[in-house]
Amino acid sequence: MITREPVYLPPSDTRRAELGRDVLDLVCNCGRALLLLFSAIGCMRFAFQGRSRDRIVEQMFSSGIKSLGVISVVSMFTGMILALQTGIELRKFGQEVNIGAAVMVSLLREMGPFMTALILAASVGSSFAAQMGTMTVSEEIPALELMSIDPVKFLVMPRLIAMAIMTPLLSFYGCILGVIGGGIVGSTQLGVSWVSYIDNAMRFAENKDLYVGLLKAFLFGVIITVVSCHEGFATRQGAVGVGRATRRTVILSFLLILVVGYIVTRLFYI
Amino acid sequence: MIRFENVRKWLGDHWVLEDVSFEIKRGETFFIVGPSGTGKSVTLQHMVRLLTPDAGRVMIDKDCVSTARGRNLERIRTRFGMLFQSGALLEWLTVAENVALPLLELTKMGHEEIDKLVREKLELVGLPDALAKFPAEISGGMRKRAALARAIILKPEIMLYDEPTAGLDPVSARKIDALIADMQVKTGITSVVVTHDLQSALSIGTRIAMLFEGHVVELSTPADFVKSQVAEVREFLDSQYITRRGDWEKNTP
Ligand SMILES: Nc1ncnc2c1ncn2[C@@H]1O[C@H](COP(=O)(O)OP(=O)(O)OP(=O)(O)O)[C@@H](O)[C@H]1O
Ligand SMILES: [Mg+2]
Repeated sequence: MITREPVYLPPSDTRRAELGRDVLDLVCNCGRALLLLFSAIGCMRFAFQGRSRDRIVEQMFSSGIKSLGVISVVSMFTGMILALQTGIELRKFGQEVNIGAAVMVSLLREMGPFMTALILAASVGSSFAAQMGTMTVSEEIPALELMSIDPVKFLVMPRLIAMAIMTPLLSFYGCILGVIGGGIVGSTQLGVSWVSYIDNAMRFAENKDLYVGLLKAFLFGVIITVVSCHEGFATRQGAVGVGRATRRTVILSFLLILVVGYIVTRLFYI
Repeated sequence: MIRFENVRKWLGDHWVLEDVSFEIKRGETFFIVGPSGTGKSVTLQHMVRLLTPDAGRVMIDKDCVSTARGRNLERIRTRFGMLFQSGALLEWLTVAENVALPLLELTKMGHEEIDKLVREKLELVGLPDALAKFPAEISGGMRKRAALARAIILKPEIMLYDEPTAGLDPVSARKIDALIADMQVKTGITSVVVTHDLQSALSIGTRIAMLFEGHVVELSTPADFVKSQVAEVREFLDSQYITRRGDWEKNTP
């Protein structure tokens, strides 16, 4: 059951009681978010039914394809900045041809998924949270539940699948554009030809870098969806609550993306 | 059919329901009236377990909805249709899609059959030409009627209406009254209606309960309700210019 009743506790009189409550609250929220994730995974058995499939495609379009523009620009410039910064330093040692490896590896392993996830968290995650929040406060979620239409199956599952597929794809697309951006800077500013740039990039980047990057992007997509939907469903108190849910979604997603990104890197590279 | 047993509920900073007991029988059109903020919506929400009582319980036939869980709760809930005070239509679907939603999601009907039913229900609530409009493009009263069409499309056993006529012009309001009364006659549906509108309560209600400060202060048939001596009821009646003089004519539309 998604709809929750407000809970009233007597006011806590000591600092310690307040702290304890905050901790309990945090644990409860984590638990609920995980439950939401598991029930969404449980609903995936309906993913190939006609209407669910349509909804997934719709979400893939509205959250994935519509983010292409901003992701293109951001990735391109990330690649260009990376190439320029490392290129300037490497030039001191006459090693500017190595910008290929520097750009490719850092984009594949970290910057690509990370940038994509930040953009998606700020745009798609916040819109999910606002939508779920508005639906919760305007009684649409309780109404769905009373009609025996499961909001998790109806709303969360399509978004989860769409984001789990689109984030890695967008991240990969971002990496390609970033590498192109780096190449442009290399050939125009640093005197590194396209051929040696690409050759250098391909020599140092491994398949593992690609896979780990895609795994990260996948996890980020799941995190963004679960956090935003959970925050949306937990919304109280009208428009102010929706604003708060959106804000918390962006902050929480950013934090989790950083932490999970670190953990994955740590697991696969040490 | 629906029985409240000493229900108490604390919300925010006060007891919204202090000690509420009443029973609604099968096939009744039961009205709950009372001033704003006395917990009429809260009472309705207890019937489908959107709220749980702090003490006491709510029984639906032999099931205790206040303690039901999981599948059991779902089974009880499928017996209900509910019209929310705000309508609660999905904003990104058109009116027709909203009304069709329960059929699409929960039944295996074909598209043509669904289409026919949707038109029929929208006709019934007086919205035959709002099919392709979005909820944001129609008025509050129209939204309410569209929500009503959605609520009745699965033919529930018990219908809960939260202010079905608030925000409607008098003519549409009486049409909705007629619809509620008509469904009761034709299908024997049990209806629970929350309203400020004593006109509807007195004309189509079988019994009326008045809620005031967490208690049921009066529960009687319309004919007795207008003669009630309870101060709060009198004030409520007087405020809508309904006098004791002469029995209230029961003019079922
Ligand atoms: N979710 C909630 N959280 C806190 N307080 C609530 C909540 N829902 C209702 N209340 C309180 O319960 C009281 C009764 O609310 P309710 O919505 O039932 O009133 P109502 O009788 O339906 O009024 P109206 O006719 O205006 O709809 C109000 O005082 C309100 O403050
Ligand atoms: Mg109300």
